[in-house]
Order: sequence, then C-alpha cells, then structure tokens
Amino acid sequence: MQRHLVLRVTTKLLMPFILLFALYVQFHGDFGPGGGFQAGMIFGAGFILYALVYGIDSAKRVAPAGALRVLISAGLLLYIGVGYAGLALGGNFLDYGVFSAQAPKGQHLGIFLVELGVGVTVAATMVTVFFNFAGRGRD
Amino acid sequence: MDALGLYNYWIAIVLMMTGFYVVVSRGNLVKKIVGLNIFQTSVFILYISMSKVSGGTAPILAEGFETYSNPLPHVLILTAIVVGVATTALGCALVVRINEAYGTVEEDEIQSQDQEA
Amino acid sequence: MLLSFLAVMAIGMLRLRNLFAVVMLSGIFSLLSAGLFVALDAVDVAFTEAAVGGGIATVLMLGTLALTTDREKPPEGRLQIIPLLIVVATGALLIFGTLDMPSYGDPTAPIHQHVAPRYLADAERETSVPNVVTAVLASYRGFDTMGELAVIFTAGIGVLLLLGRPRKRRERHGGGQSGGQGE
Repeated sequence: MQRHLVLRVTTKLLMPFILLFALYVQFHGDFGPGGGFQAGMIFGAGFILYALVYGIDSAKRVAPAGALRVLISAGLLLYIGVGYAGLALGGNFLDYGVFSAQAPKGQHLGIFLVELGVGVTVAATMVTVFFNFAGRGRD
Repeated sequence: MDALGLYNYWIAIVLMMTGFYVVVSRGNLVKKIVGLNIFQTSVFILYISMSKVSGGTAPILAEGFETYSNPLPHVLILTAIVVGVATTALGCALVVRINEAYGTVEEDEIQSQDQEA
Repeated sequence: MLLSFLAVMAIGMLRLRNLFAVVMLSGIFSLLSAGLFVALDAVDVAFTEAAVGGGIATVLMLGTLALTTDREKPPEGRLQIIPLLIVVATGALLIFGTLDMPSYGDPTAPIHQHVAPRYLADAERETSVPNVVTAVLASYRGFDTMGELAVIFTAGIGVLLLLGRPRKRRERHGGGQSGGQGE
C-alpha cells in the first residue's frame, strides 16, 4: 500500500471519526438506535480498516494480540459480574433494580454497564478474528 | 387483498429456498457458507415483516407518536444476526484449515481424498 | 421493490462461479436487506445488519478467499434433481403455512397482543431508557444477551484455536490427520 497515497491519507483522517462514532453509538444506545453490538462491530471495523491500509504489523502495535485476548474475556466477565453484583445486593441474578434506591436509576446503570461489556467483547473478538485470518498467509 | 398482504412473506420464503438450494447443491465450501448467509438473512426478513404494524414507527418512545412496531422480534433478530456472524467466522476458519489439510475446498475432491486414505 | 432486487441477487449468487463476485454480491445483499429493515421500522436491526453483513462478514469471507481459491469448479453435467425436489417441497410447505397468517401490518395480529404492549407501556417507567429494543435486550431479556455474548466469545476462542498457530509447511497430499495434530 505504499503507493496508494489517497487511501492512506483518507484512512488516517477517518480513523478518529470512525472510533468516535462507535463510542457515540455505544453510549447513545439508550436514546436512539444503537447499543453494544453495533458499537463493537463499528469499532472493530475501524481497526480492520487501519490494518488493511497500513499493514498488520502497524495494527498489531496499536492493538497487541495479548491485550485483545484479555479484553475478550473482560467484557464477558463484566456482564456476569453485574449479574452477580445483583445477587450480592439481595436481588435476583441480573436484577439491576437493586443498584440504587430508585429502581429506574438502578436499571439504567445496569443497562449501561452491560452494554459496555458487550461492546468491549464484540470489538476485541472482531479484531482478533481478522488478525488471525490476515496473518495466516505469510509464512 | 389477502395475496398482496402475504407477498412479502412469499418473497422471503423464495429467498430462503434459494439460500437452502445453494447450501445443498453446490460442492464448493465457501459458496455453501454464502448460501447459509442468504438463508439466515431471509429468515430475518420474514420475522421483521411479521413485526411491522402499519401506521407505526420505530420502537423508540418519543413525544407525539402513538403506535409503535413490535419490539420483541427486533430483539430476537438482533441476537440472531450476531450469532450468524459468529457462525460465519467459525465456518470460514474451518474452511481455511480444511484447505490447508486437503489442498482443495471442493466437497467431492475432499471425499475422494478421504476414501483413498 | 427491494425484495425483487434481493431475489435477483440471490439467483446471481447461485449461478456465478467467480467466488469474489459471489462474496461481493453477498455484501450488497446484506446492505439492501438493511435498507429493507429500515423501511420496516426496525432501525436497530438495520444498523446491526449493515455493520455485520456489509462489514465484518464480507471481510471475513474475502480473507477466506485470499487463503483458499478464487473460482468454483463447474458443477457436473447432470441437473441435480433431488436437491431441487427437496427445496421445492420445503418451499411449498412453508407457503402453505403462511396462508393462515394475519395480513401484513395488521395491528390486531396475535403477535402484538400479549407481551409487547406491556413492554412498550412500561419500559420508560421501569428502566428510564426510551429505546425499547435496548431495554428489552439488556433488562427484560438479559439472559439471552448473556448467552449471545458467550456465543461471540466462543467463536473468538474457536478461531484462535483453529488459526492461532502458524502454518506448518508440509506437502499438499500429506493427509488430514497428521497435519492437523502435528502442532
């Protein structure tokens, strides 16, 4: 991709906007279309675009494979942790109402944390899968 | 009027059967995965057409709107889409490994290599 | 109408033998169905389908093509009767099943009567989240979402297991068994 100057410049300009849009979709999932899954996919797609244009090695410096593996597990653990926190505070598993004095606020907090966990795992999984596919052909 | 109301469902079923036929009749593994994707997407189209309420709007509560489309199938299909991509990813990984082990992705060549061995 | 475009593209994907074109068509198929979902008021679903089908799935299949082969072998001369019969029979059964369904868009259909009005009426009050789909996904049906996250996790682990080790150099016809276990 050394010769494709337009692609490189455009990708460099677009990357922060793509990642920012993914974060926007994640946190505004409550008020508009969006939520954890969509945000994770868009975040992953941003990293994949960077890896496509600048090469896998540059992308692996930004997102090392070990850190991605930790993130994959961290999102799922966050989700299950929120469930157990509900148990610890006296409610049912995954009952968010006990997180705060007023049940709707507790629900809102629970939904926020849960979607965060979903977004993190989905993004890390997509990037890991792409790195494994793309790094395979080079012997 | 009844046939017009059901036309959406019939086209979705035709798409489903096309995807099914691709999976069953073509021997190339990558094409089978593509056919599976067609099948899954047309199932989603069938379910989402069932959830639409005429005169309704997207199920995001806002001022001034009274009728909303049914949100329950949306939730189920959202889960199904994500599970579909997980299946596709795993299927593609398997195809890559099969290609490395057998040297081909055509089903009949793989079977003949297995029978020789 | 969008559905007719989708039908044309499905037939195209069936007949084409250049696999690169088939994968591209599948990406466009997903994008068009995302547009269809918007027309059917399913904005969350359209968002996800566009991101997943048009972005991630297409990239993965292109990666697979880069690592395997580019063209499909031409099918054998005989017209395959048995798959065609199975497909036609299944399609006829399904169409027969839809004859009992309520008309498209009917607000009094049974699907809209039981749980959905309760979700629509109570979501804002109980969870303070206006997007009913997110509220149902994360709170009312939280267990399903946990399972879905576990599925994504498993797929990631599966790909790591299958493709994580570097490729060993070996002869093409060395057989499946020894090559696969030899890492």
